[in-house]
Amino acid sequence: MADHDEQRLQPQDLGYDPNFVPDSVKSFVVHLYRQIREKNVYEIHQLYEASFQTLSERHFKDTPWPSVDAVAQYVDNDHVFCLLYREMWFRHLYARLTPTLRQRIDSWDNYCSLFQVVLHGVVNMQLPNQWLWDMVDEFVYQFQSFCQYRAKMKNKTEQEIALLRQFDQAWNVFGVLNFLQALVEKSAIIQILEQEKEGLEQFTANDGYDYNGGSNVLKVLGYFSMVGLLRVHCLLGDYDTGLKCLQPIDISQPGVFNIVIGCHITTIYHYGFANLMLRRYVEAIREFNKILLYIFKTKVYHQKSPQYEQILKKNEQMYALLAICLSLCPQSKLVDETVNSQLREKYGEKMSRMQRYDDEAFAMYDELFSYACPKFITPSAPSFEEPLVNYNQDAYRLQLKLFLYEAKQQQLLSGLRTFLKVYSTISLAKLASYMEVDEPTLRTILLTYKHKTHAVDSAGKVISNADVNFFIDDDTIHVVESKPPKRYGDYFIRQVALLQGVINELDTIKLE
Amino acid sequence: MGRETAKAQQGTAYTVEQLVAFNRYNPDILPDLENYVNDQVSSQTYSLESNLCLLRLYQFEPEKMSSQIVARILVKALMAMPAPDFSLCLFLIPERVQMEEQFKTLIVLSHYLETGRFRQFWDEAAKSRHIVEAVPGFEQAIQDYAIHVLSLTYQRIPRTVLAEAINIEGLALDKFLEHQVANSGWVIEKSQGRGQLIVLPRDEYNDPILKKNTADSVPFEHIAHILNNLS
Repeated sequence: MADHDEQRLQPQDLGYDPNFVPDSVKSFVVHLYRQIREKNVYEIHQLYEASFQTLSERHFKDTPWPSVDAVAQYVDNDHVFCLLYREMWFRHLYARLTPTLRQRIDSWDNYCSLFQVVLHGVVNMQLPNQWLWDMVDEFVYQFQSFCQYRAKMKNKTEQEIALLRQFDQAWNVFGVLNFLQALVEKSAIIQILEQEKEGLEQFTANDGYDYNGGSNVLKVLGYFSMVGLLRVHCLLGDYDTGLKCLQPIDISQPGVFNIVIGCHITTIYHYGFANLMLRRYVEAIREFNKILLYIFKTKVYHQKSPQYEQILKKNEQMYALLAICLSLCPQSKLVDETVNSQLREKYGEKMSRMQRYDDEAFAMYDELFSYACPKFITPSAPSFEEPLVNYNQDAYRLQLKLFLYEAKQQQLLSGLRTFLKVYSTISLAKLASYMEVDEPTLRTILLTYKHKTHAVDSAGKVISNADVNFFIDDDTIHVVESKPPKRYGDYFIRQVALLQGVINELDTIKLE
Repeated sequence: MGRETAKAQQGTAYTVEQLVAFNRYNPDILPDLENYVNDQVSSQTYSLESNLCLLRLYQFEPEKMSSQIVARILVKALMAMPAPDFSLCLFLIPERVQMEEQFKTLIVLSHYLETGRFRQFWDEAAKSRHIVEAVPGFEQAIQDYAIHVLSLTYQRIPRTVLAEAINIEGLALDKFLEHQVANSGWVIEKSQGRGQLIVLPRDEYNDPILKKNTADSVPFEHIAHILNNLS
């Protein structure tokens, strides 16, 4: 999903005729329509992903696809198919051109109609997960894009302002959230996932598909909407609620969310980011590490896919976020070797600068955060009073400011860590003199260290993140070396499994 | 509907929590949520979820925002420390609102607490009595937080350091210590010539030995997996 703001050539300039339907496109919609009616998910997926891309490249590089009115005649004027076609039509438009305000509003109307059809439970199709994910993902993306667009009031034309006033419901934040929430609730997906844990449902095992003659559309849209809600809440700066929306999905287990790579990455990216802002650095590091390793191993398989560019972009952003997390919360054992070496290569130098906590360090934090953060939005309606201003940066500036504020509060901790690594015991007086502060100040630094390295998780439990720890006995600091735990349990389990393997082999040998 | 449910005695908290759970994105529940903030203040209860929901509604419709309610939410969030609730609230409050005097003061107070500067905190709080005295239980909550951080850090703490952190002195402090000795396992020692030392209970945060024992536990699922494969 490229989000370019520069003015591209308008379709009319390139001789675009919305009513002209090339034969290949006619053939495409006819086939797609038939496959959907016959519920051939595999064929639908091929047409949707491969053919649509090929035709776009060949015929519609800089122009929209033919209008829905022009193709409707080839598909029995089927209402639902037309809604699906339009959804793809707008998605293509957003990717290749800059939508006008009118087009943005029309796209919103299309989503309303499409979701309402699905919510009324009258849909009987089975659609590929990729398509269903793309719908939710694009819906949230267009919302984000609209908010960014709307926040730039300065150069709006009279017509644009009139349209904005008239269609104030289009991409209204309440509407967006309520649609996503309605999909979650109407699909009963949360209950389905609960029941699955007790073996009463087969949702994940069937990749979300319905093998009882029904439709997967509502259920899977409901599932993906949970990720959609996480994303919207992150865009609004409400990280706690975002994580709550994702809670029914257990990301430590395989699930429908990691079948579609775009969904997998979006989920973990936002999950990790939200945890970072909640100061749960260890949790963020763990998840970023897992997904970065996964991308490293599997990206070669996605080179031809239309999502490849996005995958690479998110990959880079997550390395930046990982660099931030590790600078604020050094951990030695959580990052895989492969990921670590990539991290050193990309951000090794910046990380060592960040841990110096001087002005340059904060410039680095600023740079990485700004590069990697979501495109925060201001959800409220604009002010139409003169003078018209651009406020599209406000939301981002606030989140950045608060993040840097937090980083600044940890300013002296890096220096403290260095000393703690060197001494096993040291008096407060001596350490104060080495750090060039007075004793009361040192006490506050030590308290800050303890507070910042002991995060409170969602259940209210205190968890220590500290790689180096200490306690104070009256006026002496005792440093606690954290030795890596000897994993006797793991060792024994491995040996048991090996021995069982040997026994199984022996059992198969017949003695003469 | 709003006024009646808010006035209902027993049912209030239950009703509002339900509202938040099932009507999260409904602008009509705004008055109920505001009433609930006032309830939390007067009955010394707290609900982060409901307060975030309200801040979100203010974010969506800024003309409906009440500075007074937001200030109360922030004070309640401060009282929830060490949880990061205060930051969570700030993420949802527009920058220009945060520039107002009362919010700047609250942010400064939060800063002192986040960086263990309890003396500066109590000094500043004394100057802003009107903000903090409006919320009952404030002093106690901050003292609880102070003790939490001190307990993470110290095995034995000088009396003067403790006094400064919880803003209690003299006889009142003696009484406080008596209570803690009786109920929380604190022990008072006499240090040579420098006043009392308070011995805090040991736990995994201020005692390395206790920490080590929790490291090598094996999750049940791993054992279950093995048992499945055994003949």
